[in-house]
Amino acid sequence: MSTVSEITHDSAVAVSPTSPDDGLSPAELARKHGLSVSGARVGLGDYVRQMWGRRHFILAFSQAKLTAQYSQAKLGQLWQVATPLLNAAVYFFIFGLLLGGRGEMKNDMYIPFLVTGVFVFTFTQNSAMAGVRAISGNLGLVRALHFPRASLPISFSLQQLQQLLFSMIVLLVVLLGFGHFPALAWVLIIPVLALQFLFNTGLALIMARMGAKTPDLAQLLPFILRTWMYASGVMYPLEHMLAKAGAHSWVSDLLLANPAAVYMDLMRYALINDYSSANLPPHVWALALGWAVLVGVAGFVYFWKAEEQYGRG
Amino acid sequence: MAEQILDKAAKDGTADKADAVSGTMSTTAAGARIPTVIADDVHIVYRVNGGPRGRGSATAALSRMLRRKNAPGMREVHAVRGVTFVAYRGESIGLIGSNGSGKSTLLKAVAGLLPTERGKVYTDGQPSLLGVNAALMNDLTGERNVILGGLAMGMSREQIRERYEDIVDFSGINEKGDFITLPMRTYSSGMAARLRFSIAAAKDHDVLMIDEALATGDRKFQKRSEARIRELRKDAGTVFLVSHNNKSIRDTCDRVLWLEKGELLMDGPTDEVIKAYEKETGK
Repeated sequence: MSTVSEITHDSAVAVSPTSPDDGLSPAELARKHGLSVSGARVGLGDYVRQMWGRRHFILAFSQAKLTAQYSQAKLGQLWQVATPLLNAAVYFFIFGLLLGGRGEMKNDMYIPFLVTGVFVFTFTQNSAMAGVRAISGNLGLVRALHFPRASLPISFSLQQLQQLLFSMIVLLVVLLGFGHFPALAWVLIIPVLALQFLFNTGLALIMARMGAKTPDLAQLLPFILRTWMYASGVMYPLEHMLAKAGAHSWVSDLLLANPAAVYMDLMRYALINDYSSANLPPHVWALALGWAVLVGVAGFVYFWKAEEQYGRG
Repeated sequence: MAEQILDKAAKDGTADKADAVSGTMSTTAAGARIPTVIADDVHIVYRVNGGPRGRGSATAALSRMLRRKNAPGMREVHAVRGVTFVAYRGESIGLIGSNGSGKSTLLKAVAGLLPTERGKVYTDGQPSLLGVNAALMNDLTGERNVILGGLAMGMSREQIRERYEDIVDFSGINEKGDFITLPMRTYSSGMAARLRFSIAAAKDHDVLMIDEALATGDRKFQKRSEARIRELRKDAGTVFLVSHNNKSIRDTCDRVLWLEKGELLMDGPTDEVIKAYEKETGK
C-alpha cells in the first residue's frame, strides 16, 4: 500500500493547472519529448552493431539447441557423431554397392569421396531447413523478446557448423582408415568451411524471411533440396554420370558451378590425396568466394528489409 | 486510499474517447509530466492461416486460391481497434478486460513486438515484456537456462555472472537440493514458473510490462515476487500490469485502462474504473 500512496503523492505534486502539452497531437507530443516509434526498423549499420552486441546470445543459443537435440537419448551426445556415420553408411550401401554410382573409383577412394560429399551437403541442406523454420518455428520467442531477428537464422546455421565439426571427427577416422594421411592441402579446409558457412548463413536468412511469410515452404523445401542433392553429385562423380547419360557439356558446366558442388569438390580436393585439381571446375575459388559473398550479403540485406514484419500473425 | 487515488484524477486530453465513456473524468491536463509511452490510434490485426474457412476440402482450397490470389484460407482477427493513450513516467497502469479483449496484444504492440496495422506507438527507450519463457529450453539444466535467458533479454555475460547467485537464490530452486544442475523438464510446474520469473525479473527496465506474472508459485514466492515487482517499479519509468485479479491491480496500479473487444472502454483512476468494471461484469 505504501508504494501506491507514495506514487500518488508524487504525481499529484507534478500536476499543474495548465500544461504546455495541451492541444498537441500524439505525434507532436512524441516529437517534443524525444520518443521514438516502437518496433521500427533500424538502419543497416545500426543493425549490424546490434547483431554484434548479441553475439554471445547467438552462440549460446546455437550451443543450447545442439545440446538439447539429443539430451533425451540414452547415448546422449554420442549421436552427434553416430548420426552422420549412419547417414554415410546408408548412402554407401545404396549408391556404392547396389547402384554402382562410383564410376572408376575403388573403395579407398570412393568411401572418403562419398562421406565428404554427404557431410558437406548435409551442412548446407540442414542450414536451409533450419532457416526456413527459424522465424516461423520460434514465433513465441520473436513475440516475447527484443533482439535483432537475424540472430535466429544465424544461430541456426552456427548450430549446423558445430554439427559439421562433429561430423569431421568421423570423416577424419574414415580418411585415416583408407590411407589418406594429413597433408599440407588440409589447411584448405578452413577457407572452404568459412566460405561455405557464409553461403549457408545467407541461404538460411533468405529462407527465414520466405518461411516467415509462407510457412508452407517448410513442406516444399525437402523436395527442392533433394533435387539439388542429386544434381550436385553427392554420391557419384557428376561429370562421369552426365557423360554416361549423354548430357550437353553446358549442363555439366552449370551443375558443377552450383555452390553445393563447388564447396563439395573443394573439400574433396583438400582432403583426398588422389582427388586432383583436374576434377575441379575452372575458376573454382572465384566461384566459391563469389557465391559466399553474393548470397551472404544479399541474404542479410534481404532479411533485414522485413525486420519489423517478423512476428505478425 | 480511495481519496488518495482520486487526487490523481489527472489525465491527458488525448484520450478523449475514453472520457466520453467515463464521463466523470477530470479534464485537467498534466503539466510537467514526461510521457514514456504514447499510443496513437493503434490498430492490430492478426492474420491466421487455416481457420475454419481455411481447412475443408482440397477443391474448396483450390477454388479459393483461384478466386483470391492473395493468401488462401487467411482469416483476419482485428484484435485492437483504435486505442489511444499517453502513459507518464512514474505511473503504474493496470489493464483489465475479459479474456480475448486485446490486453496482451496491446502490450506486445507497445513493446514493439507486434507490428501495428494502423496508428503508431511512441516510446521512450525500449519497453520490455516481463517474460522470458520462450527463450528457455526444457532439455537444458536450470543453470544453462539462467544464462541463456539472461543473454536473450540482452544482458551481458558479466551482468549475468554478477546476478547468477541472486537469481538462483530468489527462485528458491536449490532450497530442496541441487536442482539447478538438473534439466528443467524434471522440475515441477511451480518450480519452473519460479525460475522463469526469477530470470525475467533480474533485468532492469525503462518501461516494464507484466502479463499475469504475479500468480506463479506458492504463497511465499508470491509475496517475494510482489516485493520484487515493487522494486522494479521504483527503477522503471512506467509499469503496465495485465491481470484478472482486481486486488492485485488495486494494490499495484494508480491508473487503469479497460479494454473490451479491442476498444478502450475506460481510462482513469483505479477505483473508478474497477468499480465500473465490477458493475459491468456483475461481481
